[in-house]
Amino acid sequence: MMKKLLILLMLFWLGAGQAIASGEGELVAGSGVDVFDEAARQSGAKWFVNYCLSCHSANYMRYNRLAEDLGLSTDQVHENFIFDNRRMGSAMTIAMDKEDAELWFGQEPPDLSLIGRSRGADWIYAYLRSFYVDDTGGWNNLLLPNVSMPHVLWEMQGIQRAVFHTETDANGNDTAVFDHFEMIRAGSMTEEEYDLVARDLATFFEYLGDPARLKRKAIGWKVVAFLVFLTFVSYLLKVEYWRDIKH
Amino acid sequence: MVKTAGSFSRRITSVFNWVDDRLPISDFWRAHLSEYYAPKNFNFWYYFGSLALLVLVNQIVTGIFLTMHYKPSALEAFASIEYIMRDVEWGWLIRYMHSTGASAFFIVIYLHMFRGLMYGSHRKPRELIWIFGMLIYLALMAEAFMGYVLPWGQMSYWGAQVIISLFGAIPGIGEPLTEWIRGDYFISDITLNRFFALHVIALPLALLGLVVLHIAALHQVGSGNPDGIEIKERKGDDGIPLDGIPFHPYYTVKDIFGTCVFLVLCAFVIFFVPDGGGLVLEHDNFIPANPLATPEHIKPVWYFTPYYAILKAVPNKLLGVVFMGLAVMVLFFVPWLDRSKVKSIRYKSLTSKLMLALFVIAFIRLGMLGMGEGTPIQTLEARVWTFVYFAYFGLLWLLSKGEKTKQPPERVT
Repeated sequence: MMKKLLILLMLFWLGAGQAIASGEGELVAGSGVDVFDEAARQSGAKWFVNYCLSCHSANYMRYNRLAEDLGLSTDQVHENFIFDNRRMGSAMTIAMDKEDAELWFGQEPPDLSLIGRSRGADWIYAYLRSFYVDDTGGWNNLLLPNVSMPHVLWEMQGIQRAVFHTETDANGNDTAVFDHFEMIRAGSMTEEEYDLVARDLATFFEYLGDPARLKRKAIGWKVVAFLVFLTFVSYLLKVEYWRDIKH
Repeated sequence: MVKTAGSFSRRITSVFNWVDDRLPISDFWRAHLSEYYAPKNFNFWYYFGSLALLVLVNQIVTGIFLTMHYKPSALEAFASIEYIMRDVEWGWLIRYMHSTGASAFFIVIYLHMFRGLMYGSHRKPRELIWIFGMLIYLALMAEAFMGYVLPWGQMSYWGAQVIISLFGAIPGIGEPLTEWIRGDYFISDITLNRFFALHVIALPLALLGLVVLHIAALHQVGSGNPDGIEIKERKGDDGIPLDGIPFHPYYTVKDIFGTCVFLVLCAFVIFFVPDGGGLVLEHDNFIPANPLATPEHIKPVWYFTPYYAILKAVPNKLLGVVFMGLAVMVLFFVPWLDRSKVKSIRYKSLTSKLMLALFVIAFIRLGMLGMGEGTPIQTLEARVWTFVYFAYFGLLWLLSKGEKTKQPPERVT
């Protein structure tokens, strides 16, 4: 009786879960990010250091950890990632002043150490592909409307414009709904090439949010295997002792 | 060789005897383990008591290591957690064990409480065990809430803001009371510091004391069982209950097995999905606390959401707080609300079974709705389940006394 009830409860739970789930809709699609792809992490780190790290910091990340996790030598990191006299043990900080940043952007660009955890790789991937020039002639983004960040990767992606169409919602109000992007000036890359840049950056941020994830799973399998073995032994022990008990 | 081993073990024994003459170690061992007779028919649902103890120990041990590196200051707290996650050797594992442990604690406690409701573990003569258990549950909620504030992320900050402001709904003393709790006019460094003190010393002490009382009260009257009958009523010539078996070794080996299965499940979360899809560690809590930016959607961690849904379901703030408080407090009275002739659900009427099932569905569904955005349709549904939740206790009192029950067996099955 209780077992049947339990199964019913679980089915109910699963079914009902669908009803409450919500999100940003179809804008955020699967990015296909694989954090274990070392080449993608390396390339993502390269884009990050060259295009993001002047305004955005990664205060919780150290260069030597980066070297270790990206499979790079100290020399390679010095050559490609450190452009001043910083040491390998330094965190990936920036020189920009908080007050200056507020003056220039309206708000301080956030530290990106944990963006992969708060937003997720799929969101970042979609965000980097959703910049467009709006009617004011300034940069805008579909995922973060009126975002103060300009599209720093525009030279690669090109400049696109968002095309909206009008829909009438349930309350009878006309609302502008995003339809598609239209490229108005080609960039130095093809769409596929740029998507790869966005994906590599998303991969890097996914890694950056929780560097331990690279070794966590490998350790996890060993721990689980040991515990499963222990479960088996403890089961035999239990059976052995309980042989005495008559039901 | 045999001779040496013999003399060595004789020496050990004499040291043990010396201590035992001065400290009741063997008496304690006998009273609570080797000669504590537990019913032989414990089923799956009886694992969760020992598992709760295991998780408590895990929280204390990992907590001690976390406090070695954590900094309880509004300026440093968030960064110190990331320092633990990245720079402290195995810090990520300790932190994930602690955060997963918090959720595991509530899963285990909820299943343990459900077992109590199902088999009448709270009925006479075990009312005090239930009361102590409820006090543990209250202390645990406070412990979890304050622990959640410590990482000083956006949800820590705004969750605390919302929960503490609820006290402001109390007429007259509300506002001064919230200031007294926070130690400030808003959640601040001062609040963080005192929550740290309460989280790492005051509440764990209270929890440990209550656990001792919970187990002492249990061992005074003896454990219940899925049949809801008293094994002490049928004893053999040796004075041992016929259906009782020594807790050690029988239930210790059984609990070791249960512990292993439980650890496998926990290891999966810790190593493979440590944020539990945003349930164990919420995404917004990876953004540092910002008193100037309110998150779009503030919600407590999953184990509080059933009560949060009840709060949101009631249109009036004060009444909402009252109902939320009642939802927890009413559980204290369950031993006296249930007036059935039998303890176990096995021998209760079909109505009782359905009521319990509906109650569980209401609790789970409220938990899910509490995580939702609170659309009108969700609020409406939450009202229905809030009604079901409270109706359970009313109907329990009304219907249990006269319900048609089956005759429980003489001996355990």
